[in-house]
Amino acid sequence: MLIKRKNWIFNISVLFIFLLGAAAIAAPLVSPYNPTDQNIDRRFSAPDSTNILGTDNFGRDILSRIIYGSRSALLVGIVSASIAVVIGMTVGLIAGLGGNWVDNLLMLLMDSLLSFPTILLAITVVSFFGYGLVQVMSAIGIIYSPVFARLVRAETLAIKTESYIEASRALGTPVIKRVFIHIIPNLLGKVIVQLTITFALAIVIEASLSYLGLGTQPPTPSWGLMLKDAKNYLIQAPWMAIFPGLVLALAVFAFNLIGDTLAEKLNPRVLK
Amino acid sequence: MEFVFFIIRRFLRLLLTIFIISTIIFFVIRVIPGDPALVVAGLDASEDDIQAIRVRLGTDVPVAVQYGRWLSDIVRFDFGESMISGASVNKLILERFPLTLTLAVLGILLGLIVAIPLGVLSAVHRWSFWDYFGMVYSQMGMAIPSFWLGMILLLVFAVKIPIFPLFGSDSLKNLILPAIALGFARAAVILRLTRAAMVEELNREYIITARAKGLTDRMIRYKHALKNAMIAVVTVTGIQFGYMLGGAIIVEQVFSLPGLGRLFLYAIYQRDFPLIQGGVVFIAVVFSLVNFTVDILYSVLNPKIRIS
Repeated sequence: MLIKRKNWIFNISVLFIFLLGAAAIAAPLVSPYNPTDQNIDRRFSAPDSTNILGTDNFGRDILSRIIYGSRSALLVGIVSASIAVVIGMTVGLIAGLGGNWVDNLLMLLMDSLLSFPTILLAITVVSFFGYGLVQVMSAIGIIYSPVFARLVRAETLAIKTESYIEASRALGTPVIKRVFIHIIPNLLGKVIVQLTITFALAIVIEASLSYLGLGTQPPTPSWGLMLKDAKNYLIQAPWMAIFPGLVLALAVFAFNLIGDTLAEKLNPRVLK
Repeated sequence: MEFVFFIIRRFLRLLLTIFIISTIIFFVIRVIPGDPALVVAGLDASEDDIQAIRVRLGTDVPVAVQYGRWLSDIVRFDFGESMISGASVNKLILERFPLTLTLAVLGILLGLIVAIPLGVLSAVHRWSFWDYFGMVYSQMGMAIPSFWLGMILLLVFAVKIPIFPLFGSDSLKNLILPAIALGFARAAVILRLTRAAMVEELNREYIITARAKGLTDRMIRYKHALKNAMIAVVTVTGIQFGYMLGGAIIVEQVFSLPGLGRLFLYAIYQRDFPLIQGGVVFIAVVFSLVNFTVDILYSVLNPKIRIS
């Protein structure tokens, strides 16, 4: 029963992410106004028929800003998750295939990185590299790479002793080929699950850093930046705070749920 | 004796982690292109001014010497003076830390009050109303960012229904909403883990033995299973507590609380490098100490772990 129910929510989540992606790509076509157009006469308008989700302190349309903001959010998600996967998989494979010494050293480094509050690490990196989207994406990518490194290393160590790997080694298959033919395909399921979760985490960190003024810089629309502005007008214009946060939470919820469902599908034991 | 060795081993690992983290921080700071002295001095500074700032920042000597100084600063726990106010970095940090610590403790307490009963109820009555409620809560907890929750809490409980103050930090009442914002997501993680640990314990063989002995369900659940499930909960609570110190940076900003997070953030805005470095290392040390304590506590609760 639960599985059925979850499937239903899973489909909605996939649909939501799909719509978000479509909105991000087709932002100029679907958003009712230009996200940076100011209309001082209409500042702080409550949601009505002209501005469905209201306007902000410059009279900018909140719906349009949310739609354009999804561009930064999804871009950060895609790029930082990719960086994390590439660094993490490389380190994990080297650690798993390499000798004891290499393994210990790399894992010590990864564990140290992992044993540090993520948001603080992101803030530190950004504060020294400068504020902006590129810095934020690199920071998030580096921070989440240990998760993938551990995953890939553990799997590699487990797979390494399987007899089919032994057999391919006996046949003289080069290491690189073994990695690509046997090890990576076996890992893919778990990596994809972790990828969706990292995507969600990346979106939250981008929003948090932008909220603190360290991430996306104005006038580029970003959900975190919208919330930063909203904080000063909480009494006058609560809709400025409500809608961007709601979309952010829904996006994170959808990614988490997709990750959870995939994890259950790939590992039926979790359900017990 | 075995336990003493365990503690020593963990302590050495703690020192190693702090060493590695501070080395990473050092290289992140130094390796990046650009001269922090130029950033601090501004555009119209003279070469002498810039050189003076380099001396103050300690960037006028070779990197190897800087690294040596950096390590000795950490060993002595002395990060120099703030470039903006001139006050000792240690003093600034220690002034602000109690508020952040109080906030994190309150947050974790609120989190535990929600998470443990709900987690246990979910595990004992699986697929019941409470279990679904718990699932919905944990999904929400993981999806709702703390700073947005903080704003919504302010909107509802300080603006619409003014039972909590909008500003201020001098009374406990000022800390309730921030603690909820901070603890909400943490509770979701603890709840998930409590449920999983409880379900696992209830499926163990000793539960069947206990039942065969004629113990009541109550005894089995709360005296045996819960006690063992708590071992895992303690660990995750400790880790979550560490994360709260990081999360406090954002929540303090939402509620305008003058804690460590705000100090750190303003240091970043003003490019006060000694204060940034001190702040990062301080939080890293506190975080590592929390992890260390959790490890020790875990091994006290679960003696099997000491051998590995």
